Amino acid sequence: MRTYVTVIVRAREPRFDATAAALLSDVRALGLPHIREIQIDRMYFIKGEVSPETVKALAAAQIVDPVTETFEVVEGLDRRAAGAPAIEVHYLPGVMDPAALTTLRTLRRALAQVGADPRAIDDVRTGRRHVIVGAQSRGELEVVARRLLANDCIERVYLAGFAPEDRLPDRFPEPPQYRFELRRVALRSLDDAGLMKLSREGHLFLSLDEMRAVQAHYAGLKRDPTDLELETLAQTWSEHCVHKTLKSAVEYEGEDFGRPGRVRVRFENLLKDTIVRATREARRDWCLSVFVDNAGVIAFDDDYGVAFKVETHNHPSAIEPYGGAATGVGGCIRDILGCGLGAKPIASTDVFCLAPPDTPADRLPTGVLHPRRVLKGVVAGVRDYGNRMGIPTVNGAIYFDPRYLANPLVFCGCVGLIPRNRIEKAARRGDMIVVAGGRTGRDGIHGATFSSAELESTHVDEFSHAVQIGNAVEEKKVLDALLRARDADGGCLYSAVTDCGAGGLSSAVGEMGAELGAEVDLEKVPLKYSGLRYDEIWISEAQERMVFAVPPSALDRFLAVFAEEEVEAAVIGRFTGDGRLRVRYRGEVVGDLDVHFLHEGLPRSTRRATWTAPPASVVPHAPHVGRATPAADPGSEPGDRHDGAHTRLLDELRSLNVASKEWVIRQYDHEVQGRSVIKPLCGPASGPSDAAVLRPRLDSMRGVALGCGLCPQVSDRDPYWMAVLAVDEALRNVICVGADPEHTAILDNFCFPKCDNEPTLGALVRTCRGAADAAIAYRLPFISGKDSLSNEFSMPPAEAARLGLPQRLAIPPTLLVSAISVIDDVRRCVTMDLKTPGNVVVAASAPVETAGFEAAIALHRKVAALIRFGKVRSAHDVSDGGLLVALAEMCIASNLGLSVDLSGDPWRAMLWEPAPTTYVLEMNEADARSAGLPVVGRVTADAVLAATLGAGKQITWSVAALAQAWRKALSPG
Amino acid sequence: MATVRVLVVRAPGTNCDEETMHGWRLAGASPQLLHIERWIERPTLLREFDVLTLPGGFSYGDDIAAGKVFAAGLTGAILDEIRALVERGGGVLGICNGLQVLVKAGLLPGGTIAPDRVTVTYNASGRFEARWVRMKVCRTDCPFLLDTTFTEMPVEHGEGRVVARDETTLAALETGGHVALRYVDAEDRSADDKGRNADIERPAAERDLRTVAYPANPNGSDAAIAGLCDPTGRILGLMPHPDRHLDPTNHPLWTRRPPVDLPDGLRFFKSAVTFWKA
Repeated sequence: MRTYVTVIVRAREPRFDATAAALLSDVRALGLPHIREIQIDRMYFIKGEVSPETVKALAAAQIVDPVTETFEVVEGLDRRAAGAPAIEVHYLPGVMDPAALTTLRTLRRALAQVGADPRAIDDVRTGRRHVIVGAQSRGELEVVARRLLANDCIERVYLAGFAPEDRLPDRFPEPPQYRFELRRVALRSLDDAGLMKLSREGHLFLSLDEMRAVQAHYAGLKRDPTDLELETLAQTWSEHCVHKTLKSAVEYEGEDFGRPGRVRVRFENLLKDTIVRATREARRDWCLSVFVDNAGVIAFDDDYGVAFKVETHNHPSAIEPYGGAATGVGGCIRDILGCGLGAKPIASTDVFCLAPPDTPADRLPTGVLHPRRVLKGVVAGVRDYGNRMGIPTVNGAIYFDPRYLANPLVFCGCVGLIPRNRIEKAARRGDMIVVAGGRTGRDGIHGATFSSAELESTHVDEFSHAVQIGNAVEEKKVLDALLRARDADGGCLYSAVTDCGAGGLSSAVGEMGAELGAEVDLEKVPLKYSGLRYDEIWISEAQERMVFAVPPSALDRFLAVFAEEEVEAAVIGRFTGDGRLRVRYRGEVVGDLDVHFLHEGLPRSTRRATWTAPPASVVPHAPHVGRATPAADPGSEPGDRHDGAHTRLLDELRSLNVASKEWVIRQYDHEVQGRSVIKPLCGPASGPSDAAVLRPRLDSMRGVALGCGLCPQVSDRDPYWMAVLAVDEALRNVICVGADPEHTAILDNFCFPKCDNEPTLGALVRTCRGAADAAIAYRLPFISGKDSLSNEFSMPPAEAARLGLPQRLAIPPTLLVSAISVIDDVRRCVTMDLKTPGNVVVAASAPVETAGFEAAIALHRKVAALIRFGKVRSAHDVSDGGLLVALAEMCIASNLGLSVDLSGDPWRAMLWEPAPTTYVLEMNEADARSAGLPVVGRVTADAVLAATLGAGKQITWSVAALAQAWRKALSPG
Repeated sequence: MATVRVLVVRAPGTNCDEETMHGWRLAGASPQLLHIERWIERPTLLREFDVLTLPGGFSYGDDIAAGKVFAAGLTGAILDEIRALVERGGGVLGICNGLQVLVKAGLLPGGTIAPDRVTVTYNASGRFEARWVRMKVCRTDCPFLLDTTFTEMPVEHGEGRVVARDETTLAALETGGHVALRYVDAEDRSADDKGRNADIERPAAERDLRTVAYPANPNGSDAAIAGLCDPTGRILGLMPHPDRHLDPTNHPLWTRRPPVDLPDGLRFFKSAVTFWKA
């Protein structure tokens, strides 16, 4: 008889439960100081034909740590609560639970080892129980659960200890059974209003023009589409897949680009006329694959290329920060695995744009998670997925601005090493279509369009979830198998591969078969549970899947490799060569599309864009987010004629965008794979590195540098300069560690509010032009990019009024530029920590906005050459916070001091402002003189920063005080 | 012996196999990589090797507890083969996840200490921690640590805290020679968190369990233990990664120091190769 048994595991002593200790302080900080203690129990729910005694023996051997943990075994699932106030959290049905999967396999293996039948255990689920000692009401438990412990879009909470106690489930949820029924959509009979209603309610998100094009196509065919066909068209034509806005024709009228006056310009294809043009004009023969694949590839050496891709995962991270960020990392890694015939991931990058974590809780719109929770969640997501994959997270940034409150941005990047003879791929007629990796479930269907009402229902429909939870080990196994199949004796065992991400099989198979056509039998796709409709199988965005085109002659060997790596791989169809995308379910045709209409039928539109510079008076000063009101500063004298400079520097260091990110960085493994040369923190006291350097080949001293540029605050003034400065900053960052500007490529990631209005589209045009102008001037080719153009949040007027926020809460136009650079010999690299007392410090500046591109190009080249020839001991870029902050950071990193005179021009103007195209370099005095660069000061053994800012007066800071301020703002808790 | 033969065993989620193989190769050994399931199919494979290595990573996702599931696979014939390898003079190395596996499989600390007395558990901070640490070699006859007094490598783990069940066990670890490596601070002291010099000569019972303070002791290990070995010294498990310090440019301060000839991680593998070649 099938029964249930529950295993409850807890720490033997509080000192073995650091998570509970951290939670206790968070709970008290919620305004519940009377909570005395928290105890966290891990729960395993086991279904099968096993006695409690057997489970007890299994748990003791397989689950429990004998030194730090104790456990008990209870029959059934619906335990009566012990009376103590407790919050029990279970995953909702259908949500990925990697620990449960592993536990199931482990327990079954243990049964087999003793000669018992492993199938005696049917299934395992997990949960956790938080005993909140001292809680005084059910209301308190509700607050703790909602604010700290559970997210109701993936989890279900059960409260105990106060009436009414929530009843625990007494059985595992049963997936619904599915009866096949082909569904057609009566499209031909609809009028315009009907078309738009269908587009909206069917989650198609197509415009009227696009709906009409689909209607006309089916009118010609004299039939109505199936639901699967409509879904396939909608996904293939989505902004996410084809970048309609960036590729549309745009009539722009407004301010000229980078010079005074107004212009009218027509872009036939905005992306091609700006970003792609920059790549063409850069004429770099080391670009091996640009814009055509899942990632861009540049030459590394004679044998290898390096691939780089940066993705965004904004909406999923807003809803479920941990799962959203983790699957963002996982998705970007799959882009690298699916680049060419597969690249080996060697490094990850992560950039977050968030609202300040100290935002008051009562300032949050309904449905928006607190930024502190978002920050903790996305950091944990990147940590758990990246670390488990064994890919070092080496570079990133965190930028705070209140406008990211409802739309946090999460950028995930990944770099891969790829043999140069594995870059080309093409599915061939007759190749089998193989899906490999995780099983397909209802995860991620329709992305983030679900509503919370659906999720609160206890109906079996709970199997439907838009939020995806990752399973990193599944993806690691896919990685291991893929690289073995790629490098098999006698050649690669497949002719093409792509990742199965947004759009699922529909998108992956559709793309690979775009020329050939394909046929797929959906019942052959391995499923996590029964009950999926055919169209759900087709569009599911379940994680950790790749799609391969495998020649029949190699199929057996291919499947054997995947079986050895414990990766499920299933043949689901073949590439036909007849130009049709034909999808069947148990023999019945459920979709039959012409691939030419699918990939070329999207109507092109012309859009209008305008832009007018805001009056200077309304442009906010660069926001110094999170700057606390300073405490009394013993160093600032009343009537200080330097305008409180002493206090100001400490405040700048404390501000969130400048403050040390060490708390985050140290949670990421940045050294796995042993390639690390320059780490995200450098110097004896962990200063902020400008860029990361690693050696892709362990047997070579060649390296790559990775950096990024991001200055959304400049958008308030002009998105054109925002883009120019982002490119300039990305280049500066890699040059600072010793990169070669002649062997540097860049990536673009546009994050914008909705571009459905002329001014926002105008801002997008200006961003594209700025990025292109800078890239052309610096000869930096764009090799890959991505856009996310719907980052805004609307709320009802009453709520907007209550919160004092606009009804449409939009992010500032944001362009992330990521740079990758090849370095001949990493032993010539430098870090930003000061090295030797007695050396001089020079400031080198040619602000591109005022000095022009020519001067900026010359400066970048000069600095790169000085570093290359070993003339520079430390180098740092002047960015957020200005020149004094850059100097202070160099002191903090090294525990050495500086004595500088910044009273002259142009330094006075850049003391506190981000200064584009400006470097600070430590050199020996003779080298500095012969380089002809202005000396501003000298390194001192005494750990004091002494700066002359104006006539006569010197201000001093102890480096210890600077370091303390810099480290304080963003710390655990 | 012509060359030292090393078997590197990986499981789903192992992710330091490439650099561990590289370390052995650079040191002059002949390493071979094998999936755990292939080994379980033929446990006697180990007889052709001098050293077994379990590299770092997140085997089975660290689900349940780090190393627990991998360790559950090291039973019966596999365990017999490992014991036979050590008895005939061979060695076993576990790095990071490898230490977690060796402890949970009962191979460390071994000797008179029962398997349920020592474990490796969650860091005292409750967080994954990536940083470089400095260690003092306490077991100078361990084949991996010959001619080494202090050594520097990175730790990158969330579950690296070595914990003894009680004071008696901790004392047995010290007296039984199980403490191979101990975290020290920048002044090479294993000082306790009150600043006292908790030198290792004092009886264990009189010592503060936490010894050297965070961050020098990155995970709060009892007695600042960074590495454990069995009574022979030939089974070594350590949380820090010698495989991540094979090149001088791996060291976080290489840009401010004169070049070094032999990075600590490479010294570690070379020490073992010299020992087993003899």
